[in-house]
Amino acid sequence: MNGEPTQVAFAPHKTLLEVLREDLGLTGTKHGCELGECGTCTVLLDEIPVLSCLVLAQACDGRRVRTVEGMATGEGLHPLQETFADLGAAQCGYCTPGFLLTAEALLAAIPTPSRDQIREALAGNLCRCTGYLKIYEAVELAAARMRGEDAQPRPETIHGR
Amino acid sequence: MGDRPRDRRSDHDRPAGSPARRPGDLRVVGTAHRRIDAVGKVTGRTQYADDLALPRMLHAKLLRSPHAHARIAQVDVSRALALDGVHAVLTGADLPTPFGILPVSQDEHALCPDRVRFVGDPVAAVAATTEEIAAAAVDLIAVEYEPLSVVGDPAEAIAGDAPLIHDYGDAGNLHKLVNLEFGDVEEGFAAAHHVREDLYFYGGNTHLAMEQHASLAEWTPDGRLTLWSSTQTPHYVHRALARVLELPPGRIRVVATPNGGGFGGKSDPFNHEIVVAKLAMLTGRPVKIALTREEVFYCHRGRHPTLMWVKSGVARDGKLLGLHFRTLLDGGGYGSYGVASTYYTGALQTVTYQVERYKFEGARAFTNKPPCGPKRGHGTPQPRFALEVQMDKIATDLGLDPAELRLRHLVTADTITANWLRVGSMGLGACIAKVVDASGWRTRRGTLPYGRGLGLACSSYISGAGLPIYWNDMPHSGVQLKCDRGGGVTVFCGSTDIGQGSDGILATIVSEVLGVPLGEITVVSADTDLTPVDLGSYSSRVTLMSGNAAIQAAERARDIISQHAAEKLQVPAERLVFAEGRVFDAADPDVWLSFAEAVQGAEARTGTVGTVGSYTPPASPGRYRGAGVGPSPAYSYSAAVVEVEVDPDTGIIRVPKAWVAHDIGQCINPAMVMGQVEGSVYMGLGEALMEEMVYRENRGLVHKIPSMLEYKSPTTLEMCDVETHLVADPDPNGPFGAKEVGQGPLLPIPPAIANAVFDAVGVRVDEVPISPEKVLRALKDKARGGPGRTGPTAFPDIPWPEPIRVPTPWEGGDGKALKHDAAGRRGRAADQSAAALPRSGAASHPERQH
Repeated sequence: MNGEPTQVAFAPHKTLLEVLREDLGLTGTKHGCELGECGTCTVLLDEIPVLSCLVLAQACDGRRVRTVEGMATGEGLHPLQETFADLGAAQCGYCTPGFLLTAEALLAAIPTPSRDQIREALAGNLCRCTGYLKIYEAVELAAARMRGEDAQPRPETIHGR
Repeated sequence: MGDRPRDRRSDHDRPAGSPARRPGDLRVVGTAHRRIDAVGKVTGRTQYADDLALPRMLHAKLLRSPHAHARIAQVDVSRALALDGVHAVLTGADLPTPFGILPVSQDEHALCPDRVRFVGDPVAAVAATTEEIAAAAVDLIAVEYEPLSVVGDPAEAIAGDAPLIHDYGDAGNLHKLVNLEFGDVEEGFAAAHHVREDLYFYGGNTHLAMEQHASLAEWTPDGRLTLWSSTQTPHYVHRALARVLELPPGRIRVVATPNGGGFGGKSDPFNHEIVVAKLAMLTGRPVKIALTREEVFYCHRGRHPTLMWVKSGVARDGKLLGLHFRTLLDGGGYGSYGVASTYYTGALQTVTYQVERYKFEGARAFTNKPPCGPKRGHGTPQPRFALEVQMDKIATDLGLDPAELRLRHLVTADTITANWLRVGSMGLGACIAKVVDASGWRTRRGTLPYGRGLGLACSSYISGAGLPIYWNDMPHSGVQLKCDRGGGVTVFCGSTDIGQGSDGILATIVSEVLGVPLGEITVVSADTDLTPVDLGSYSSRVTLMSGNAAIQAAERARDIISQHAAEKLQVPAERLVFAEGRVFDAADPDVWLSFAEAVQGAEARTGTVGTVGSYTPPASPGRYRGAGVGPSPAYSYSAAVVEVEVDPDTGIIRVPKAWVAHDIGQCINPAMVMGQVEGSVYMGLGEALMEEMVYRENRGLVHKIPSMLEYKSPTTLEMCDVETHLVADPDPNGPFGAKEVGQGPLLPIPPAIANAVFDAVGVRVDEVPISPEKVLRALKDKARGGPGRTGPTAFPDIPWPEPIRVPTPWEGGDGKALKHDAAGRRGRAADQSAAALPRSGAASHPERQH
């Protein structure tokens, strides 16, 4: 669990989402439908994005689970967290953990994603606040920084034209 | 930038206590910066309502009606009560006092006592040790219903044999009827070069905030109740709890947790909030409820489906000599904000283009569906769609460029409209110019290949409603401010951060005035125990109103601190500058104190450095019955050009790009403004193309699609590219000149898409959503030699009341209605006591609602 061996007892019918939120106190993972429709509860299971509302917690025995609580380290925020914060890619913030983890998995697989690849990767996550554009830009900016580039937001992104 | 000089604010225009300030002076306001709650949100630390848990907490579930309309004959809760783990069961009899957001429509019960009015109306509630037990117990409650005939839409509501859904309203199932006339529209039509009549329909849709509503209540043995809830309006929830629970307000604390999106959907006091409070009182244990997504569809309060009839008469140059609007709103089962929504479908037609004479008839019908209410743009996207498509048609009829037609007849700044709204700054001309240039409108429109097209539309929205929801003469927003000896500042305000960033606005404004770094400012908001009242996050009011209150509080603190610092530094107080954590002499910046030192000195001299500020909007010139809806301290303006690709074989519309320009007055934080504009475009796109509340008419009006999978909303694959232009035309009433941005930019998108479809394939879809089948139907109609239109074809007969006639400003009116003499002839303007809003004893005056 976020890099640490974790033991937890729970009723066998519980989903990963429920165990994270109710039994482990990791409420950073949110829920929007509990039916696998909105992407809000996305976490990484063995580094693959999954909808935690559709995963039985029992099935996670011995596997690596990463939630938003595991993204920042003592050294600071993850580059995606930095750019989401700076560009306003998090407005109400409720869908944000799901987007962050989906984007992290994308950048692990494709360090230089095209806009279309970002769109495709994030198509299962709904956001009602941003219209997605600031999210794309935050992913692109973080990707550039993770590649070691000294990238800054484009002025028209944060100031308009 | 706007065309007009930016320093036109005179001393007279400025809010009290505000010193001369020029835009060049701004240090924090207007710079793009990270909002103060951003790190909490990207790390998962922000606690929304359902993230809260208290020891020994119980879980609540509601039993909801499976019938759209039925009498409750009997409720038997004995089997539920007997279930292990169940601590309490409530029915309607336990909470008999009705409530509702508007004083004139207190028509809801926390649990239906004797009648259900839509599928999903709550009937009983259970508190149990787990959610599973609560759900199982709900299933054990036996309710005997006597089904009543069902009213599916406004046409059925006004049919002679329709059952009455409520025992109040203006006429049968017509909850509200409005008839207002500003000048003689018939005279305008007679003088017109060209007259046209059209029908439009705007379908119902819902907010679909990602966070489902959740509430947690705690009752302590000292007789105090605390409710944490995902609400946009903690002050109104506070009032509703006191009323229904019959508790002194001083014993109730309401905390609005950060909302995971609101969009208007969390603006009513809700039955589940009252239910968990009552359950906590009965059990002595904390009780939480988290609604399922399906239940959120039943809470609804979304966009009213609205049928509209528009008659316009224009001069040869396109000037609107007469405009007559009729609207018929499908209100659903309860009042909610509906009276205000009805007025809003007629309020803002006059603030964009000059309208010489204007008549508005509006009606809202009760039907057996989840109640409609305020959704982003509250009551105005529907008429805006109709008006902007109508303008496009007029331009076509007259052979004019639609952009040119609009530019010719813009309302000018600092005027009063036909219906007595005072327009201050007005940047629409600059907005149109921006999107026309950026989109290549002049060369590309009408020249793109068949199937591709450009459409233009404009809009305006209020920066806060001019009047409160319940009649009172107190401020609309209050701020308290505390300066700490260490140099930190805490801002207390009742405003609610629903994701729009209102906490950040408060921090930025205080940082600007006191020169304290953003990181050293703490915002405490939306807590009725701790924060002064702010009316709530609705009507795009928060930046302007809480912002002005924050300026006043911060300037008062600065004045206190200045007195000490001036003495200490031997510098005249008016020469002191507060910036970058210091107080220094403008003439010699090397003469300075740190902000903390300055606060310490002031505290030593005068005691704790704490101040208050408040804001009350200016009075509106309209004094007729109904003049309470529409006035605002400032109006924002937007223009959009949208490009579409229409597949003539499938009717599928793809939107590659939108160019939008918004007159923001002044950005407080441009990064957040950009997000609001793009988010508005997104939501407008969803409404225009796919979002729709649909009910199964043949199955007793069950919601067809209470899920996120079936309620279509745009994903990343449907969202268009957006090019945003910001026009800064500061308004003297706005904090630093700022106006709203959260709602206005949604409005031009649906009509711009409809107009673009016409440009692309030559057919008119006078209906939202513009679904592929409607496009195909119009194309087939055109192929058969028809007009090539899909849309409504009739407007039912409504028993309109006698109009309230109000002479326009240019007719020499004074904002009051005309009096009728015995023969029904119009007399001179009536005195205020007869025709306008009562001055006293009007605690629940119906026309003051928002």
